[in-house]
Amino acid sequence: MLQIDRWKRILIIGICVLGMFYALPNLFYSRVEVHNDAVKTIEQTGAETPELIDERAGWPNWMPSGLVNLGLDLRGGAHLLAEVHLEDVYKSRMDSLWPELRRDMSAERETLGAIRRVSSPDGTLRIEIGEPAGINRAVEIVRSYSSPVTSLTGAGQSSLSIRTEGNAILVQLSDAEKTASNDRTVQQSLEIIRRRVDEVGTREPTIMRQGADRILIQVPGIGSAEELKALIGTTARLTFNSVVSTGTDPDGPADVGQVVLPAADQPGFYYTIETSPVVTGEELTDAMPATDQNGMPAVDFRFNPTGARKFGNYTAANVGQPFAIVLDDEVISAPVIRQAITGGSGQISGSMNFEEASRLAVLLRAGALPTELTFLEERTVGPELGQDSIDAGSLSAIIATVAVAIYMVLSYGLFGVFAATSVIINVVLILSAMSVMGATLTLPGIAGIVLTVGTAVDANVIIYERIREELRAGKRVVRAINDGFNEAMSAIIDANVTTFIAAAVMFFLGSGPVKGFAVTLTIGLVTSVFTAIFLTRLMIIWWIEWRKPKELIL
Amino acid sequence: MAFRLKLVPEVTHFNFFRWQWATFGVSAAAMIGSVLLVLVMGLNFGIDFKGGTTIRTESPTAFEVSEYRAALTQLDLGDVAITEVFDPSFGTTRHVAMIRIGTTDETGSVSPEQLNQVEAALHEVDPEVRFASVESVGPKVSEELIRTAIYAVGAATLGIMAYIWLRFEWQFAVGCVIALIHDVLLTIGLFSLFQLRFDLTTIAALLTTVGYSCNDTVVVFDRLRENLIKYKSKSLFDLMNLTANETLSRTIMTGVTTAIALTAMLIFGGDVVRDFVIAMLWGVVVGCYSTLYVAKNIVLWMGVKRDWSKTQKNVDSPFSGAEERP
Repeated sequence: MLQIDRWKRILIIGICVLGMFYALPNLFYSRVEVHNDAVKTIEQTGAETPELIDERAGWPNWMPSGLVNLGLDLRGGAHLLAEVHLEDVYKSRMDSLWPELRRDMSAERETLGAIRRVSSPDGTLRIEIGEPAGINRAVEIVRSYSSPVTSLTGAGQSSLSIRTEGNAILVQLSDAEKTASNDRTVQQSLEIIRRRVDEVGTREPTIMRQGADRILIQVPGIGSAEELKALIGTTARLTFNSVVSTGTDPDGPADVGQVVLPAADQPGFYYTIETSPVVTGEELTDAMPATDQNGMPAVDFRFNPTGARKFGNYTAANVGQPFAIVLDDEVISAPVIRQAITGGSGQISGSMNFEEASRLAVLLRAGALPTELTFLEERTVGPELGQDSIDAGSLSAIIATVAVAIYMVLSYGLFGVFAATSVIINVVLILSAMSVMGATLTLPGIAGIVLTVGTAVDANVIIYERIREELRAGKRVVRAINDGFNEAMSAIIDANVTTFIAAAVMFFLGSGPVKGFAVTLTIGLVTSVFTAIFLTRLMIIWWIEWRKPKELIL
Repeated sequence: MAFRLKLVPEVTHFNFFRWQWATFGVSAAAMIGSVLLVLVMGLNFGIDFKGGTTIRTESPTAFEVSEYRAALTQLDLGDVAITEVFDPSFGTTRHVAMIRIGTTDETGSVSPEQLNQVEAALHEVDPEVRFASVESVGPKVSEELIRTAIYAVGAATLGIMAYIWLRFEWQFAVGCVIALIHDVLLTIGLFSLFQLRFDLTTIAALLTTVGYSCNDTVVVFDRLRENLIKYKSKSLFDLMNLTANETLSRTIMTGVTTAIALTAMLIFGGDVVRDFVIAMLWGVVVGCYSTLYVAKNIVLWMGVKRDWSKTQKNVDSPFSGAEERP
């Protein structure tokens, strides 16, 4: 027990030195951060401007450059928890199925009779046919639109659930398809949010799925949650539709398959348009802010080949008619087609300022969200408050460490010095482990480190108290120390496992700051057991080898 | 070199059970009192659990809460609470207020337009005011957060109970868990009494208390088990006292170092984490107390098996076996 192999000694010292080495960048936080950003930019763009090279030179390349990731409460930024409206997708799937079914069924009018869609709950389609005898044929037609579900859990099931009630057919997505659809919708939303946030180019945003229908978005450095919401909150579904009529009545006449939408730039003015679009935003390849012929802000866009062909055909057939450019259920403009537009590019102009134009361009480039989002949680932390918290947190961590160290030295003398050294190295190790793992430090996390400083000495206290007892029992110094370490072991392990259980629960059930706290607490447990058991023991062994003590006052 | 700061004499012979009925009474009364406090006074739930919006304002000039209130009442926001935050570290050039606006509609949070109105109204009263943080939580999420918080405390309790049951005997697990419930209840009671803000970080503090309290108790149990093996014929009562006296200096020592560290955080850590630190500090104090006066007593009353000869081998493994012997 009181002999440690040479290679083990080297390992223990090595871990401590490595820990200090990897914790070092945190002392030069802003400089290392600038360096890291410069390296990243050079890697991505390949352009080595003198400024970037200067910035990169601010921190030597051979040094570790991992930093403790500062949480939003320390750095400032915005946090959003968004809920994806999954049901809306069911509805739009059914609504887009109807025109195709109508076409196919109308072709067999003799067997089916008159066909009409009657009102039914959102996400379902209820079709009534004139001839009840033709119901089986009608079901066959609907079934031809059903395809096997291609998800792992739902494999082998068909995508549509079809029921008949007399002369009516009730169609909706099957449960398996709903599950698969939910998954796709959330993934797609996640991807599009990521693209939109990346377009703005902030540092290390966190965008991740949470639960079945939630997305967590954390963007450090952004001014406010409002700003972030404006960026990702809009669906940005762009469509080009044909205009049926215009008017001032929001409840104006609209047949099935038509809808009345407000004009964005003229309050009180409404367009009745066909719901099925001529071309959609998905067929855009590019969009950029521009100015129109009057020098007003506008957005230039370009279609892909299919979009260009559809748009060309439509405009050729409808010269002299207006068509509506619809963005998220608002008509942003309705120009009259003067001639066929075959080049595949166009311009959206309307009432917008330059900032809105560039935002619209970003949104169009990144693609439309598959469905709407609601924000369940919004948090903004200003950068000053974050800095204040860092200052207060580090000050109290330093004071706590010093105070505990002094107390240990007063209580245990030389052995207290060993314990105090261990505590300081423990804090260094926590920081380096967090830097290497890229773990996030939050304000409760700092409190966690401070708490760890208090409890880290616990293992040492258990050992020292035990050694004291062994000494009182009349054992020789080396023997007492040896037994002290051995006997204290099971208590130390048990004590730390219980705290670890609590930390693990916090990690799995907690969110945000609580999770950060759990991570710090767990890292602190591991490092404190290491420093208390191995490092302190090594220091004591050195002391024994050096002084060969005959007696020990502890 | 010989000077040692000792809070506890080397050898003590306290009879920890002399006051056991009194301490038991105090504990029981405190637990019931805490529950009553929560029922009568309620808890000052943060927006994590209640939904709504909080705005933290900072201004270099002093302000009157009544001015702010007057500015906000004309906006018709419903339930608005404004509190001034005092902190020794602020000095005379930092004046902080927390404004809390209750949920107004289904979506829970205050709408962006209302938020802009609030900010504009406050700017009018105090042109230098800054909005250090703005947080909104909808009622849907806050309900879930409450549920997860309860699960979390429950899961931690069960997990620790299971571990202690595996490592010791079921009586120890029950003793530890009752001590733990005692600590959690008393901490919640403190939050109710002083109307400290009870939010997600408080739950984290509660869980830490849970871990710490058990940590403390387990060290005592560990020694008790050792003594049970060592002294086969002594009464459980005497063994318990012996154990508590043997581990007393460690219990106090660790309690003090933890308290020192947390007090530093309490004084210098700023007002944002203050309630969190108070919860942990209090947890450490009651944790210490419950180790000495709750957990042990429960085990004593339930009794414990005395023949440990078979398990003696297991004591060394599997964990302590990881350490090599000379």
